[in-house]
Formats: sequence, C-alpha cells, structure tokens
Amino acid sequence: MNTLPVDPLLLSIATPLVVALAIGLGLQKRHSVKLAYVGFGVPALIAVWLWSQFPGDPGASYVFMTRYNTGLQDLGFTLALGLNGISMPLYVMAGIVGLAAGLYAIQSGAERLKVYLMLLLVMQGGLMGVFASIDIFFFYFFHELALIPTFIMVGIWGGRDRSYAAMKMTIYLTAGAMLSLIGLIAIYLKSGAETFDMITLRTELMMHPMEFVTQKYIFGILMVGFGTLVSLWPLHTWAPLGYGAAPSSAAMLHAGVLKKFGLYGLIQIALPLVPAGAAHWAMPLAVLGVVGNVLIIGFITIAQRDLKQMIGYSSVMHMGYAFLGIACLSTLGAGGVVLMMVAHGLSVALLFLLSTCVYHRTHTFDMADMGGLAQKTPVLAAFFVTATMASIGLPGLANFWGELAIFVAAWDFSPTLTALSVAGVVISAIYGLRSAARVFFGPTSEQFNGVIAAHPPADLRWSEKIPALILIIALLFIGFWPKSLSTPLDSALRALYPAVEAPAAQVVSR
Amino acid sequence: MNYELLQAAAASNTWGAILPELLLGCLALGLLVLEIVLPKKRHDLIPALAIAGQVAILVGLFINFRTGYLGETTFNGLLKHTESGQFLRAFFLLSSILVSVLGVVALAKQKMPRIEFFHIVMVVSAAMMLLAQANHFVLLFVALETITVGFYILVSYTRSNPLSLEAGLKYLIMGALSSGLLLFGIVLLYGVAGNPALPAHTAESMNFDALRLFLAANPDNVLASIGIVLVLSGVAFKVGAVPFQIWIPDVYQGAPTPVTAFLAVASKAAGFAILLILVRTFAPYASLTTPVLTIMAAATILFGNLAALTQHNVKRLLGLSGVAHAGYLLLGVVAVSATNSALAVGAIQFYLFAYLLASFAVFGVMTHVAGMDDADQDLDHYADLGKTHPFLATVLAIGLGSLAGIPPLAGFMGKLLIFIAAFKAGLYGLLGVAIFGVVISIYYYFGWIKAAFFSTWKAEGAPDTRPARTEVSITARLTLASLALASIILGFYQGPFGDWLMLR
Repeated sequence: MNTLPVDPLLLSIATPLVVALAIGLGLQKRHSVKLAYVGFGVPALIAVWLWSQFPGDPGASYVFMTRYNTGLQDLGFTLALGLNGISMPLYVMAGIVGLAAGLYAIQSGAERLKVYLMLLLVMQGGLMGVFASIDIFFFYFFHELALIPTFIMVGIWGGRDRSYAAMKMTIYLTAGAMLSLIGLIAIYLKSGAETFDMITLRTELMMHPMEFVTQKYIFGILMVGFGTLVSLWPLHTWAPLGYGAAPSSAAMLHAGVLKKFGLYGLIQIALPLVPAGAAHWAMPLAVLGVVGNVLIIGFITIAQRDLKQMIGYSSVMHMGYAFLGIACLSTLGAGGVVLMMVAHGLSVALLFLLSTCVYHRTHTFDMADMGGLAQKTPVLAAFFVTATMASIGLPGLANFWGELAIFVAAWDFSPTLTALSVAGVVISAIYGLRSAARVFFGPTSEQFNGVIAAHPPADLRWSEKIPALILIIALLFIGFWPKSLSTPLDSALRALYPAVEAPAAQVVSR
Repeated sequence: MNYELLQAAAASNTWGAILPELLLGCLALGLLVLEIVLPKKRHDLIPALAIAGQVAILVGLFINFRTGYLGETTFNGLLKHTESGQFLRAFFLLSSILVSVLGVVALAKQKMPRIEFFHIVMVVSAAMMLLAQANHFVLLFVALETITVGFYILVSYTRSNPLSLEAGLKYLIMGALSSGLLLFGIVLLYGVAGNPALPAHTAESMNFDALRLFLAANPDNVLASIGIVLVLSGVAFKVGAVPFQIWIPDVYQGAPTPVTAFLAVASKAAGFAILLILVRTFAPYASLTTPVLTIMAAATILFGNLAALTQHNVKRLLGLSGVAHAGYLLLGVVAVSATNSALAVGAIQFYLFAYLLASFAVFGVMTHVAGMDDADQDLDHYADLGKTHPFLATVLAIGLGSLAGIPPLAGFMGKLLIFIAAFKAGLYGLLGVAIFGVVISIYYYFGWIKAAFFSTWKAEGAPDTRPARTEVSITARLTLASLALASIILGFYQGPFGDWLMLR
C-alpha cells in the first residue's frame, strides 16, 4: 500500500479536520456547506474503499500501515496508523455513520450552522482516528478530540436540560477517560516496553506477560474507566440524559460510534495484553452487564414515555450483551461483540435520526401524545419499523449475527447468564414494538390532533431519506453478508487471542 | 582579603555570561530616560519600544542558545549555566513580553503612569532569569527579593482601587513572612554546614554543590532538617502550595490583570525553578523532603480544585485553579525528589510551558473583557461572548481547555508526561488524588466556557451588568492567536522542541 501518493488513513482523519479549520477561519456559509460534503464524504469513501481492498486473512498484522514521528518517538509516542481485522469493521462503520450524520446535519438548518458543522467535522476526524490508530496514546487522543465537541454541541444545540446534561456528561466521561488513561499508562510502564505502540507491546507481552497482580489491577482500572465510557451499569446515568438532550447528529455519532471506543479498547487492548486480569474480572463484568444493563435497564426502558430517552436507554441496555461477549474471553465472543458494535452503531444512529424526524412532525417526544402517524407518513413509519426490527435483532439485519455469536459463546461461559440475557431480546421486543405502535399506529390522541391541524405532517423529505437509506442499506448488506466483515475479524482474533483462550479455560475449570 | 585574592575572584566574573539580563536591565533603565527625553505626545512609542527590545533580546538568546558557558559555574560559584537554565531564561523573557503586551491593553483603561510598569516588569524578569541559574543561597535570596519587591509595587499598581491596595498590603506581609522563613532556613543550613565539628564541613556553605556534599556526609542532622523544611516552606509561599496559599485569591483578585498573569505564570515558574534546584541539592535528605512534598502536593491539588468550585470572580477562580496547577507540578517535583528522574524534570518544564501558553491566552481575553474596575470580573460578564466576540471566546475556550488538560491541547501533554513520571516513581496514591482533582476541575473550567458560549435565560428588562469590552488590537490579536495555535499544535506535535525538552 506504500505505493499510494498519500496515506489513505491519514487523509480520512485530516480531511474533516482541515475542512473544520477552514470553516473556523471564516469561510462563507455557502462554501462551508459545500465543503462539509467533502469533509464527511471523503472519510466514508475511503472507509468503504479500504473495506473492499482488505485482505481476507490478515492474521495479527496491520494493513495500510504508516508511522509518523511527532517529536516524542524516543519516549514511545508515534502516530502509527493502520487497520487490523478488529478495527476495520469499526472504521468502516465510523465512516458510514459519519456520512449519514453529516448529511443530515448539513440539511438540518440548525442555528449557527457553521459552528455546528465545524464541531461535527472535528468529531468525525477524531472518530476515524480512534479506529485507525495503532498507537495507544493516539487512540486515546483521538477519542478525546471527538468527545469535546459532543459536550459543546449538547450545551448549545441541546434540548431540555441541556446545561445540566452537558455538565453531567462531561464529568462522567472525563472521569472515565482519566481512569482509562491511568490504565494505559500502567500498560506503558509495567510492560517494560515503555512504548504506546500496540505491535511492540503485544510481542513484548506475548513473551513476558505481566505478573498476575499487576494484570488484575490494570484490567480492573480499564474495566471501570472504559466501562463508564460505554455506560456500564451503574455508571450509565449520563447516557440517557445526555442522548435525550443531544442534537440528533451529535447523538448519532456519539451513541453510534464514539461510545464503542471503550468496548473496542477492551477487545483490542485489554484482552490481548492483560489476559489473566481479564479472566479474573470476567464474572463481575458479565454479571454487571447482564443483570445491570440488560435486565434492570431493560425494564427501565420499557417504562419510558419520552421517545429519545427510550432510545438512549435502549442503547445502554444493548451494551450489556457486549460486556457479556467480552467476558467470554473467546474469539467467538469478542468477534460477536465487534459485529454487534457495528450493527448497533448503524441501528442506533438510524433510530436517533428517525426520532428527530418524528419530533419534527409531532412537536413532542412524549409517546403518549402521539399515535396514528403512519397514515400521514408511511415511509417514515416503514423506516422506523425497520430500525426497530434491527435493534431487536431480527435475522436479515446486521444485529442478529452479533447477538447470536455472543449467545453461542456465552453458553460455554455461563448458561444462567446466557438465559437471562436472551430474555433481554424479549424486553427489547416489548419496548421496541410498543414504541412503534404508540407513535405510528392506533388512535390519534386529542393533543396530537391539535398539532396536526396546526402543522399538517409531511412524509420524509429527501434530506432525511438519504441518510436513513445509507444506514438501512448498510444494515441489510451486513445482515445478508456478514462474512465480509467476519472473515478478516476471525483471522485477526485467532492470531491475537492465543493468550486469552488458555487462562479462560483455567478459570472455568477452577 | 588581599589584592591577589580579589583579582582572582574578579577573573571569574564573566559578564558575558549574563548578557541577556544586563541588556534587559539597560533596556528597563533606557525606558525611564526616554520618558524624560521624549515629548509627552510621543510617549506611546515607549511600550512598543519595550516590547521590540525584549523580542530582540529573546532572539539573541535563541541565536546564542548553546553558549560556551554551558555546564560551567561563574561568578565564584554564584551562577551555574545549564540547559534547563537556558530554557527558563527564554521562558521568563517570553512571559515578560506577554505581560508587556497585556499591560498595554490594561493600562489604556486606567489613569496611571505607564512607563514605570514596563520598567518594573523587565527588572523583575531579569531577576527571574538570574534566579533560574542560581547555585548559591546569597544569589537566590537577592534575586528572590528583587522579584518580590518588584511585585509589591506591581500588585498595588492601580492605587486608586482599594482592592488593589489591599492586595498589595497582603502580598507585602505574606511575602515578608515567607522571606523570613526562607532566610531563617538558609541561616540554619549555613551555620550547621560551617560547623567545624562535623564531617565534610565547608567554608562555602551557601554554595549548593558544597552543601550537597555536606548533607550527604551528615544524613541525620536535626538542624539541617529544620533548615531544609524552612527553606522549602519559604519557596512554597512563592508557588502558592498548601498550607501557604492563603494570600492567593485576594492578591490575584486585587492585582491588575497583567500582573495577575505575571504572578500566576512567571512567579510560579520561578518558584518551581528554585524548587527543582533545591530538591536536587537536598537529595541526601530525600527521606525527609519526599514525604513533606507529597503531603503538600496532595493537599494543594485538593484544596485548589475544591476551593475553585464555588468561585464566581474569574480572577479568584484562576488563582485557586493555579493553586491546583502548583499541586500537579509538585507531583513532578516529588517524582524528582523520590527518584531524581530526568523525565520528571522535562515533564515539569513542558508543563510550565504549556501553562504559560494557556494562562496568557486566558488572561489576555480577561484584559479585554474587564471593565474599568479591574478587580470586578465576574463569570456573568462572559455571557454571550461567543456571539459578540467569537475570536476572544475561541481563544478563551482553547486556553481553558488546555488548563483543564483536554486533548488535543498542550496542557494535556503536560499532565500526561507528569503522570507518567509520577507513575514511574511509584506515586500511585498521589496519582489518584491528581486524577480526582482533574475531574473536579472540569466542572469550573467547563462552567466558564459554558458562561461564554451557552446562551442563558435572562429576565426581560434586567439591567446589563456586563462592562464594555475592549476592541482587540492587531498586536493583541496576533499574540492571542499564536498562543492559542501553539497550544493546539504542541498538543499533538511536540517535534524537536519536545524531544529536546524531554530527552536531554
């Protein structure tokens, strides 16, 4: 790949950032909007193109790799970019969701559109960087780069309680990020390698694993730190509040893509580097995930009346499956989690997008005040039901494969927890279908009749349809052809997880 | 002392080694002469000349950065020229330039004599530059007093403002107390190291090299221990570490904003420059200094962050957050004290530089937002800054973000490097405290950004209490923009600068 004139990965990170800079330097609004298409389009095109070029059997190696010295190379900081089987699916998902969120934002007509687009572009640049980084430092760095705009966007363009929500989100997520940072510094120093480079760390730790006690502490810190970022119960309270208040494009990018940072960190960094620590913490992690996220949050989700809050809670709930999958400590479980992350990213972004479309027609998020919208807006109704089905995990849509793989892997780990988490599918069917029914079918409420009389609702406009279609097509494509992602994923996980399998077996036999 | 001895001593007075300080002093005196010579309507030339002259000296310093004096001691062991010293000289000169730029903006609002301000700032900066190279207690004390006396004047510079006078008085009393502590500590060390009954006693007991040898030979001397603690306390006053931080909020609020910036950045950096020198001199007593500094660091981080939470006056807020920053820097000093790690020294210097960039960006915005009453700068005055002055608001956000330690800004790299050094030194408990502090600090930094950007509900017809904002001149705009830009770029590309700083 070194024959290319420019490094595609760097280009996908730099394009949105450069466009954001240009807008920030005072570009006219007309040109800003046009340039924003480039800023969101280029990463998505590069992502899809790299996906098509990706080898089927990469093993442990990284593809499209490049390194840049940013000055502190001798201390172990290098901007190293590359994709392996684990990061490629997420990188592609980041590109696609970013494009959908960007297209929607450009057409949204938000107040102070230029600043809005600028922040969203910074976020997009950071997201592409998170999944393209081989260097742990830059992995963290890009995450924070994407996180900061989220706070500002919630604070300025947010809905109800935006000030409180922005503050709460900021403090929770900073706390989580700081804890993870300490965990990463611990890996940097305790590995003896004194580098943030994943490849060196991996080879070093394969040969000389850290002591068990050290591993135990490191994984514990990372679990709580990353867990907060992924809304592990009971550290999840920022999520529904924040997503409820966030403007739709920011919610799409954060809930869809950025939140996966923590899970990705656990799978790509924590499990291969501190496998014994992971084995030690597997059971608590799985119990918190299944009982806390899937069941408790699941029931809370059923009780929601506010559509956006409900989607926020449901995204917290689905993270429970991911924790269970990670706790299996197997290639199948981790692979399932990666597939689920991709599918969930696409489907939750779609749900946030469509919920805003619903709001524009009903002027309320309260589902009790809606009803019978399907008659007025059949296309919106069809899209919404598709998204709900995807989120429940219906075969044919992407989410099915990830959840299936997790359940199969989890059976070997703990049949009880598996059974409980399968009950979660029923829970998500209840709230998913109930929300679709309340919004689109059934009798029209009196209050809603008044709203309809004042503003007759129109069906989806093209500016809303295109981003939604992009996400639906991606969901269907992966749903029917999951192998396009899972083949390189399996190959990478098999090569990276030999150390993981053994301790897992030991723990189970104990 | 006979003639030959005197001649031999004078031979070591290589004046060329302190040329930047001399030039700065001459420039400062030249300003006063110009004020007399030039006609009154031409006086606005003088600040511009002051800034240009300082920039020229800074450029000269860079050209001659690897001077032949590196690694040598001059003036009979009073000064020791090191690369760290060169870095700090440039650092203090840079902050002097920035204070002058802010001074031009802030003094335009006051009916005050102008030229003396620049004069004093430059004299204080020259003293700081000497301090950074101190290798002897006499020079350390003289330089430190020059700085402190200069600050007595600067803090109460707006003499029509009672708060400024109050601040000056507080600083005077507290400063005198801290000088007293420092001096007492020095005297104890001098006395005990010159005691002929003890091994390795020395006639040169004020000299740091000789003192270190003496301390190494007498590991458990009670008098020396008391002296060390007193000296450290005196310096802790200057950096504003708990329990010597009480003067900070009032003095920071009362002092004119550029002086507050000068206090916050340069005075603190000077304190840490001494602290780094002293900690290595006191290395044989590490079992004493490490716990003392550890407790101090933990208390400083916690106090600074918790006290800043409730502040509404931004100057007090920055003062208390500066206390917290002193705590993070102390974390690095503890790492130096515990393991003598070169990494920690580099990390502290990187942190100081990032702190300089961010602080001056924030103070620069503050001088523009402040009204006639310099002490009254409330968070509410920042309402809608994002809409009316997007440039100032952006610079403010970048500066505050860097202070809070948010990537991709330089402040984050500074914190990260200090944390790595602390982790390497095994200071897990302190690290936990620091993390806790960082998370708390997000609340008030973010609250300020919120005040500037997020629109707030306001009762109709409520009086607008915001003072009129100053127009941003071209010089100020360029300065603020480059500060913000440097904060961003240093966050992800440290380049040869970072490499040099961290891996000397």
